[in-house]
Amino acid sequence: MRVAVTGLGMVTALGGNAAESWAAIRAGRSGVRAITRFDTTGMKARVAACVDFPEDASGTPLVAPERLRRMGAAAIGEALAQAGLSGPFPGPLCFGLPPVEIEWPQRLALGAPDHAGMIAAGAGNASHYQDFLLGGVATWLAERFETQGVPQAVTTACASGASAIQLAIEAIRRGEADCAIAGGAEASLQPEAFIRFGLLQALSGRNEPPEAVSRPFTKSRDGFVMGDGAGALVLESEAHARARGATILGYILGVGEAADTFHRTRSSPDGHAIVAAMERALADAGVTPVDVGYINAHGTSTPENDKMETLAAKLVFGTEAPPPISSTKSMIGHTLSAAGAIEAGVCLLALRDQFLPPTINQDDPDPEIGMDTVPVGRPHGFHAALSNSFGFGGQNVCVVIGAA
Amino acid sequence: MKPVFITGVGLVSSHGEGRGVHAPLLAGGAAPMLARAKDAPYDIHPTPELPLDRFIPRREMRQMEPWQRIGVHAAGIAIEEAGLKPQVARMDVTVAAGGGERDAALDAAILAARPDSPGVHKMLLEGLRPTLFLAQLPNLLAGSISITHGVAGSSRTLMGEEVAGAEAARVAARRVAAGTSPLALTGAAMTSDRPELLLLYGLGGHLHDGPWAPLPGRQGMVLGSVAAFLTLEPEGANPAPLARLTAIETSQGRPEGRVARLGALLDRVGAEADMIISTASGAAAATADELAALPRAPDLFTADLFGHSAEAAFPAGLAMAAWAVAEGKARRVLVTGCGQWRGEAAAILEAV
Repeated sequence: MRVAVTGLGMVTALGGNAAESWAAIRAGRSGVRAITRFDTTGMKARVAACVDFPEDASGTPLVAPERLRRMGAAAIGEALAQAGLSGPFPGPLCFGLPPVEIEWPQRLALGAPDHAGMIAAGAGNASHYQDFLLGGVATWLAERFETQGVPQAVTTACASGASAIQLAIEAIRRGEADCAIAGGAEASLQPEAFIRFGLLQALSGRNEPPEAVSRPFTKSRDGFVMGDGAGALVLESEAHARARGATILGYILGVGEAADTFHRTRSSPDGHAIVAAMERALADAGVTPVDVGYINAHGTSTPENDKMETLAAKLVFGTEAPPPISSTKSMIGHTLSAAGAIEAGVCLLALRDQFLPPTINQDDPDPEIGMDTVPVGRPHGFHAALSNSFGFGGQNVCVVIGAA
Repeated sequence: MKPVFITGVGLVSSHGEGRGVHAPLLAGGAAPMLARAKDAPYDIHPTPELPLDRFIPRREMRQMEPWQRIGVHAAGIAIEEAGLKPQVARMDVTVAAGGGERDAALDAAILAARPDSPGVHKMLLEGLRPTLFLAQLPNLLAGSISITHGVAGSSRTLMGEEVAGAEAARVAARRVAAGTSPLALTGAAMTSDRPELLLLYGLGGHLHDGPWAPLPGRQGMVLGSVAAFLTLEPEGANPAPLARLTAIETSQGRPEGRVARLGALLDRVGAEADMIISTASGAAAATADELAALPRAPDLFTADLFGHSAEAAFPAGLAMAAWAVAEGKARRVLVTGCGQWRGEAAAILEAV
């Protein structure tokens, strides 16, 4: 059974919908800029691919769950409108989301000098409770769009969006649902989470100029740039989509995953888990390596990821003529829990337009990469794309996307 | 669809670990193990002393906080009991998780100092241990299980309090039934002496205040440290399964429809059973709705034995049910749960 995509929505630092985001990505524009919503004094990284809202200028930025709700609702709403669906959605919601916690401004606003006082002062604050429950955002989105069953708040770190797509297509293939909303949202660009990523030495400290900081596959890459964003896909069995006369944008042909048992933040040195995830995705999709005309890389711009990812890609696709690989994170940053969903959407748009999105900032290519990283966007004839997502905790998920 | 069997169970609670400690508690009436939370005026069911070095090497221990350690330990017991150690490379893991322990001392220092925003950032920058982030990330329980036990199939984590624990088990069971997963590990872990969790659940007004009392007589939750993991396999894969997981269903919606939705789940799984285990949290409205939907009063509340453990509550109910049928205490057990805020679940386990 093929699973069709009939709706696509996207919020990135480059635009509030898929059309705006994709036009800027095609043109090679960067959405990375200085962080203004909180004070970055003393922080090594001070830029990000921010999706700011009016409240962020006030000095009290939106809490992460509110940002997740707004971006998630925008992406899902756009996808449903494109799919021609309104009213209660007749399938589940599978959504990649970050963990949320009560944040420091809200903690301090309780006015207590210790934990016991804070707990006493906060008792019965239902609004904070619903904001900061780990199932709160997914539940809010599920009730807003009237999806069926338990909303799955999927967290596999930076692979969450891809895992959400996987959980959704599995439910459709098992016949539990004819359709599903799959996607993800990310809003970890709040001080404590940003500081934590910085302390892991994961973020670039380059900062200047902001648009040149995210530079996957270059010799001078030194870490990722965090990004806000959301992506959503309406997925349906092909039969269901055709029966209701929906326009099919493309297909999720297959998904593969493999847990790496080597290390919490690093791949096995031989790349075998990444290789297994790619191979399992191709096998699940019923395609061979020559069928894949483009790889949308995980491509975080960390020294480790880009080396291991291209090493694994060459093991799967060969060193003679591997497909072109690009990282749209060079423009929209690393949207973490949303990345797998946004980047699957980018692959669908690339297939629709037969156009490869670029990896920008390729002015000092790393000779060890040895692949075409698409320094400038260009037309390209292809029928299938591979979208890679790898996360802390040994999470490796790859999605094969087919043209309509 | 293939029948699904529970073949290994690992359970950690305030009473200790494993079948020998927990199966006798099915008789009911056991006194709770209680302690006072360190940083808040609430009783909790504490984390027990465990021989953690049985499964977790010292270098890995340092990378984890208690919630991950007891989860990895319980997963190890389940894998070992099922005799699946040689098969971990093809095992799929589906975990339900919240966040892990925060640095309570650093939080307390910031609360006491009450600095402005740049001051908070400075204290975090200077005070946070870099590796604590990984010990807190929900998906790093699954990651730590993969690293410690070599589980190398798929790895998925769902968030969302109680119903996430049931949904993780449901997804794992459906994949085994459909033949798309040869071997599944599912479960969750939560520790109870957690000021940030007491704050979160206290914000909902759901904590029990005052002397401990059993359900359903008290209003409110008493948190307990629990880690519960189960291995699931198709028929014939394991020579000595503990129980058949005949049915597992979940649902979610607004609270006003909770009794009707749980009732519909009970119709789907077939509610007649000779033992009922409720994983009710103790949160007043949800617990009352769960009891209203049940055909009769439960034989056992897991929250009375172990305290309430959010994501781990439903897996702990499945664990106790598996032992109930394995030890001949019941032929058919119904496990139910309504989340403190949202979500309902029901499962039927039967003797093999």
